Amino acid sequence: MDVALASAIGVLTAAGVYLLLRSRSFDLILGLTLLSYATNLLIFASGRLRTEVVPVLRDGVAPTLAHHADPLPQALVLTAIVISFAMTAVAVTLAMRGRHDNRVDHVDGNEPAERDR
Amino acid sequence: MSAHLPVLPIAWPLAIGAILLLVERRGIALQRGVAWIGLAGLLALSVALLRQADAGEIGVYLLGDWPARMGISLLVDRLSAWMVLVTTLLAVACLLHAGSGWDRRAPHFHALFQFQLMGLNGAFLTGDLFNLFVFFEILLAASYGLLLSGARGGRIRTGFHYLMFNVAASTLFLIALGLLYGILGTLNLAEMAARVSRIAPQDRVLLQAAAGLLLVVFCAKGALLPLYLWLPATYGRAQPAVAALFVLMTKVGVYAVLRVFSLLFGTHAGELAGMGVSWLLPAGIATLLMAGLGTLAAVRLRILAGYLVLASAGTLFIAFALPGARTTAAGIYYLAHSAFAGAALFLIVALVRRQRSTDRTNVVLPMRDRWLSGSLYFIVAIALIGLPPLSGFVGKFALLDATAQAQVGWVWGAILLSSFFILVAMGRAGSRLFWLLPEAVAQQDARPARPPQRVYRRELAAIVLLLGYGFAMTIAAGPLLRYAQAAGAQLVEPANYIHAMRAATPRLREP
Repeated sequence: MDVALASAIGVLTAAGVYLLLRSRSFDLILGLTLLSYATNLLIFASGRLRTEVVPVLRDGVAPTLAHHADPLPQALVLTAIVISFAMTAVAVTLAMRGRHDNRVDHVDGNEPAERDR
Repeated sequence: MSAHLPVLPIAWPLAIGAILLLVERRGIALQRGVAWIGLAGLLALSVALLRQADAGEIGVYLLGDWPARMGISLLVDRLSAWMVLVTTLLAVACLLHAGSGWDRRAPHFHALFQFQLMGLNGAFLTGDLFNLFVFFEILLAASYGLLLSGARGGRIRTGFHYLMFNVAASTLFLIALGLLYGILGTLNLAEMAARVSRIAPQDRVLLQAAAGLLLVVFCAKGALLPLYLWLPATYGRAQPAVAALFVLMTKVGVYAVLRVFSLLFGTHAGELAGMGVSWLLPAGIATLLMAGLGTLAAVRLRILAGYLVLASAGTLFIAFALPGARTTAAGIYYLAHSAFAGAALFLIVALVRRQRSTDRTNVVLPMRDRWLSGSLYFIVAIALIGLPPLSGFVGKFALLDATAQAQVGWVWGAILLSSFFILVAMGRAGSRLFWLLPEAVAQQDARPARPPQRVYRRELAAIVLLLGYGFAMTIAAGPLLRYAQAAGAQLVEPANYIHAMRAATPRLREP
């Protein structure tokens, strides 16, 4: 399970960084989304991956961290999801407005000349 | 009441901002009234907080009365109280300037302004790393709104760069947070500081990587050398009151470096002590020199102002990277000075643009009232270059004086050389704008101008207020430097923070 999660984070990050370096605003937003997925998985994993432990307090189980899943990363990841979702929405709005105003979706607001490509 | 003082600079602007959203449709006069009530209250709170912090105690406030190891805590020391007061004083001038009519152009301006203040104050007061991230996001979200409402074309483009850059930096921040929590098991700054020294050897490299990521994030917010390219264009295109407030946003990054790295990697941290600082000094020096060259190359006055923000960020990084409390103290004083003077320059740029129709310095144009804006520019230039007798001189002199013998060559060289660059750039821009007008063009000046409007007086009052802060900082330099000295001495003792955090217990709850 560790290998699967680690490689999922790695692949998502690599794809996200690649897309972030491209010059179209749509690619940028897509890259940012992938990167935030990778981050969320990473934060989630920082509470350690364990199976067969209870998530909430239960009678008969000692109330220590050794017998429960760590609740803090779950709270952190929830906050991170909400914030990245909101920021993606702002970015999409801006990209659409920029596309409308500048007539291109290149991040610099104008199409590079043919010889520069 | 006084027990809850640390949370009020965050809660109060939030409440005022919420009220402002409710009264938004009832006219601009009511909105301005509510905003001013909010700012007056915030000023009283900041002064009270500063007086409380000046007693020397490190205040810990447990939000929701949860013990520090479970909940979020706020941390008040001399540095954070100082930052909150500087923010409030700057906000007074910005709101005064915006009241001249700029606030009509942007929907939700007043509410966003209050939320921005809430984010800034929260970032300065929090004692929890994840909470710092959240407040960063709050202040950034408000800044996107302030920067982009009513924008089109070019401003949208630079706004998109600014947004993307900051969201990417926030993602890096989250990665660093995940790693740090995985290694240390806590995100409370004081508790992290206590655990750094006891870390297992095999985790040390991972911790260094996470701290390095954190440093990159803070330097991106603080506009250190390779990470500043977005800044001059973005600030230059913001409306003046907003650009003046944004001057503080780079200070947040510098503050976060100082706060987190002095706590986590102070002298107690064993082998990791001083981590990151060795990188900051060369990067700060390079930033300062590049910013100096940038001022020389700037054709527009507002781009020049943007590079001056960078120059002050570089100076601050140098001041905080040098070891010892005395350089830190000089940096704390210089931080307030550069915030006020930099903001004043952005407001003067708006004045020049109105009276001359452009702020390009490479075209010759007549200008109305050039004595007025010229003398204001002259004063702010003296302060920004660091010539005597104004506060810039006091700050730079204190920093040069406090530099240890070993680093004198590089630090003195960089600061003096960049000051020279800025002197040349500001002198050249000023003489082209206000002074060296050919006779024929200067004559046009005498034509009857439009009668000065009332709005114009408020803009002027805001500039004079900011310059007045500079004068006051010069006159009261002794007590202020003593305070900064005490704040610096507080910062180099992380053990006191750990002790204060552990001593804080819930009042009404069994721990």
